[in-house]
Amino acid sequence: MNIIGKSVIRKEAFDKVTGRAKYTADELSGPSLHARIVTSPYGHARILSIDDSLAREITGVRAIIVGSHEFPLTGEEIRDRPPLAVDKVRYYGEPVALVVADRYEIAKKAAELIEVKYELLPVINSPTEALKEDAPILHPNLMSYEKIGTAYPVAHSNISNVTKIRKGNIENGWSQSEVSVEATYGFSPSSHSAMETRAATAEIKPDGYVHITTSSQAPFMVKRLMGIYFGIDIGKIIVETPLVGGAYGGKAPIQWEVLAYLASRAVGGKRVKIVYTREEDLTTAPCHVGLEALVKIGCTMEGVITAAEMVYWFDGGAYSDKAIDVSRAGGVDCIGPYNIDNVWCDSLCVYTNHPYGTPFRGFGHSEVLFAFERTMNMLAKKIGMDPLEFRKRNSILPGHTTPTQVVLNKNTVGYLPPCIDRLKDLLDWDQGEITEVDDRRIRVKGIACSWKTSTIDTDASSGVIITFNSDGSMNLMSGVVEIGTGTKTILAQILAERMKMDVEQIHVKMDVHTQTTPEHWKTVASRGVFMAGRAVLEAAEDVIRQIKDVAACVLRTSTEDLEVAFGRVFLKDEPEVGLMLKDVVYGYKFPNGNSIGGQIVGYGNYILRRMTYLDPETGAGQPGPEWTVAAHGVEVEYDKRDFTYKLVRAATVVDIGVVLNHKAALGQVMGAMSMGLAFAGRETFVFDELGRVMNPQLRTYRPIHYGENPRYLVDFVINPVENAPYGSRGVGEHGLLGMPAALANALSIAAGVELNELPLTPELIWRTKGAEL
Amino acid sequence: MTFRNADVLLDVLRYQLGLTGAKPGCLNGDCGACTVNIDGAAQKSCLMLAVEAIGKEILTIEGLNAPIQGVFVDQFAFQCGYCTSGFIMNAHSLIETKKNPSDEEITAWLESNICRCTGYMEIEKAVKSVIHLPKGP
Repeated sequence: MNIIGKSVIRKEAFDKVTGRAKYTADELSGPSLHARIVTSPYGHARILSIDDSLAREITGVRAIIVGSHEFPLTGEEIRDRPPLAVDKVRYYGEPVALVVADRYEIAKKAAELIEVKYELLPVINSPTEALKEDAPILHPNLMSYEKIGTAYPVAHSNISNVTKIRKGNIENGWSQSEVSVEATYGFSPSSHSAMETRAATAEIKPDGYVHITTSSQAPFMVKRLMGIYFGIDIGKIIVETPLVGGAYGGKAPIQWEVLAYLASRAVGGKRVKIVYTREEDLTTAPCHVGLEALVKIGCTMEGVITAAEMVYWFDGGAYSDKAIDVSRAGGVDCIGPYNIDNVWCDSLCVYTNHPYGTPFRGFGHSEVLFAFERTMNMLAKKIGMDPLEFRKRNSILPGHTTPTQVVLNKNTVGYLPPCIDRLKDLLDWDQGEITEVDDRRIRVKGIACSWKTSTIDTDASSGVIITFNSDGSMNLMSGVVEIGTGTKTILAQILAERMKMDVEQIHVKMDVHTQTTPEHWKTVASRGVFMAGRAVLEAAEDVIRQIKDVAACVLRTSTEDLEVAFGRVFLKDEPEVGLMLKDVVYGYKFPNGNSIGGQIVGYGNYILRRMTYLDPETGAGQPGPEWTVAAHGVEVEYDKRDFTYKLVRAATVVDIGVVLNHKAALGQVMGAMSMGLAFAGRETFVFDELGRVMNPQLRTYRPIHYGENPRYLVDFVINPVENAPYGSRGVGEHGLLGMPAALANALSIAAGVELNELPLTPELIWRTKGAEL
Repeated sequence: MTFRNADVLLDVLRYQLGLTGAKPGCLNGDCGACTVNIDGAAQKSCLMLAVEAIGKEILTIEGLNAPIQGVFVDQFAFQCGYCTSGFIMNAHSLIETKKNPSDEEITAWLESNICRCTGYMEIEKAVKSVIHLPKGP
């Protein structure tokens, strides 16, 4: 058998090309009421009054809900967010009221008739503004909020968390340094913009069971948090997640489920559906964090980096949600993939009056790498060294130590130098960074390197159940959500490989149902294949053991002499002596009718190993299981006259461990690169002085369209990892990580100015070159 | 069947006929996830009133049986699948309408749809592989 590496067609493929694939909002069985949100039109304001008298008069309106201190505060690290604003609104798009009606049109009309009076408050539009002495304190009760995680907020400030990284001795680092570069960077929050907007239904049955269907990466976290927030017995909360229409981290937080639950509770538990409009999905839902950064790197004349000192101010928005974790991840990997003896970093999560931040593909890494890898290029230029050679010389390798003082080995970190070498080939690096096209246009290459570990909860676990059908085929049940990554198909490949079975004989349960599917913590962090894959292998061992037990009895042999493969269990040294699996997996029946065994059901689970919390003073600790490394490049065709540019080529080389599904892996890397280029080149929320998002639509917040994409060049370096399923590393996010820095490096060379903000629009280039309106 | 004058075709297809293959993505004509074919032409069903479709032949992804679907599978031209119905209906309309379209023509058709998961190269390969299939008599 050799199913590993093959481009096996995803199991749900035919449903997706025939319109049969079902997403949360497609669930139409049974009647439901509809909810519509009234959202804040301002970034920061006091709610003076809410008048819903006109709305209540509309026939078909069942309930109108406004914020109340009775409702629990929500949040994953710090419980700082009321599900509906109370007294104050802190971001544009924040839910203020909820209307439940028989039909969506009625709810919408009633929502428009609710009159909310506001008194404007001063708006914080960036971390810099948030940290000014006279800045309004957005959460005066910060220190008294309940904390679920390990957050370190600062009293009487807008800082929700501080992560300190102290490795080596930064003073020594600076005294050894001969050349240094210091620069500041910044960008505003942006959006995940999955094509499926967030949606949920909730129903509270008369017996108290709460049924939620949600477009989520974290149905098990929905279950857990709804239990905590509302004091519901956790076993009475049942969460279902069908296929999810894109997520990228943006469906890992819990928000729309809480609204659906509150809506259902207000109408006696009837089923209520909430489907975000695109405008709500962009502004009300949690978004991609912004960042301001100060980076200083020093090296010797020979190009050995001796010191790196950074401050990262993450724009976490109005509530902390998972932005705290994102800022911590940015601290954990505060430098690029380099061996630097002396590292000093403060990574802060800061409250602003922006939509609040949550995971975004890359989880803080593309963000800090933008700042770090820009600085690396400036430093390479200053010492006159090729920027890829500079990176190669400083590559972090097995035996080296990370900023959180983890000593790496060949399993816990990939090999960067071969990634860099392969990138040079792909980009024809030896032909130079700049090629003249004509008197107006030049083609310019920029590069960056990246790394990432997955800083998820130390006790995150994943479970798998396998059952058999009477024909000997298998059913695979995992709590991984199919968000588009194809993970469940790859799990089937892993199982097929281990069972030496045709992958067509493995049937995958696509949707997640928390009552019948074993838990997978969250489908995030490029951990699906690693964790669920380990659980699959353990479950396979479990069923193999059970099959052998039955077969040993029938064949009158010991289990050690048996092998399971090709749909049979047989004697290793006499393969013709054996049984068909179909005659074993539902119990074996002897000719006289006696039977033994029964349906074989196997299970496996995996929990991350030896993860630790970080030391609050130094950051020392084991934050994640392993680091994937990659080298990236972007080639642009730049117009010197009007500062426009076209993306020509984009390249990524990842040390992937082992490729499990070739086309799926290419798709993950190219898709992530596309998202990274969009974030880098065009996507940002535009805020006005009142904190309003001026571009809450896909024609003004404009993702990359067909034809605007570069040609993607993707390759893999293969170094199998010992403890991973068939040796693979996580790869779902990594294509994105170096794109912002690589694009900025290319355009900085092209434009002849240092471009240290995102997105990299022609207007930014024009402004940076000194133009004024 | 009955519907309101104000109902857009997308809502009638989805909520009255149960044809949920056409997806809401923006209700603003920006994303193309709701694309269906009206008398052979690609149409964003969020931008058309249901009353405007009376007497017209509506083809949705549920009724399609064309080579473009198979090549989307083979080329991994989708991941989450949410934009896929619209992309396929638009591409199908292109293939049926234009013989041997140029790259510019293909782009002009397909740029009206957004895919957030892929890098579009897979979609390009899929569409071009059907365009270059031998056509029937």
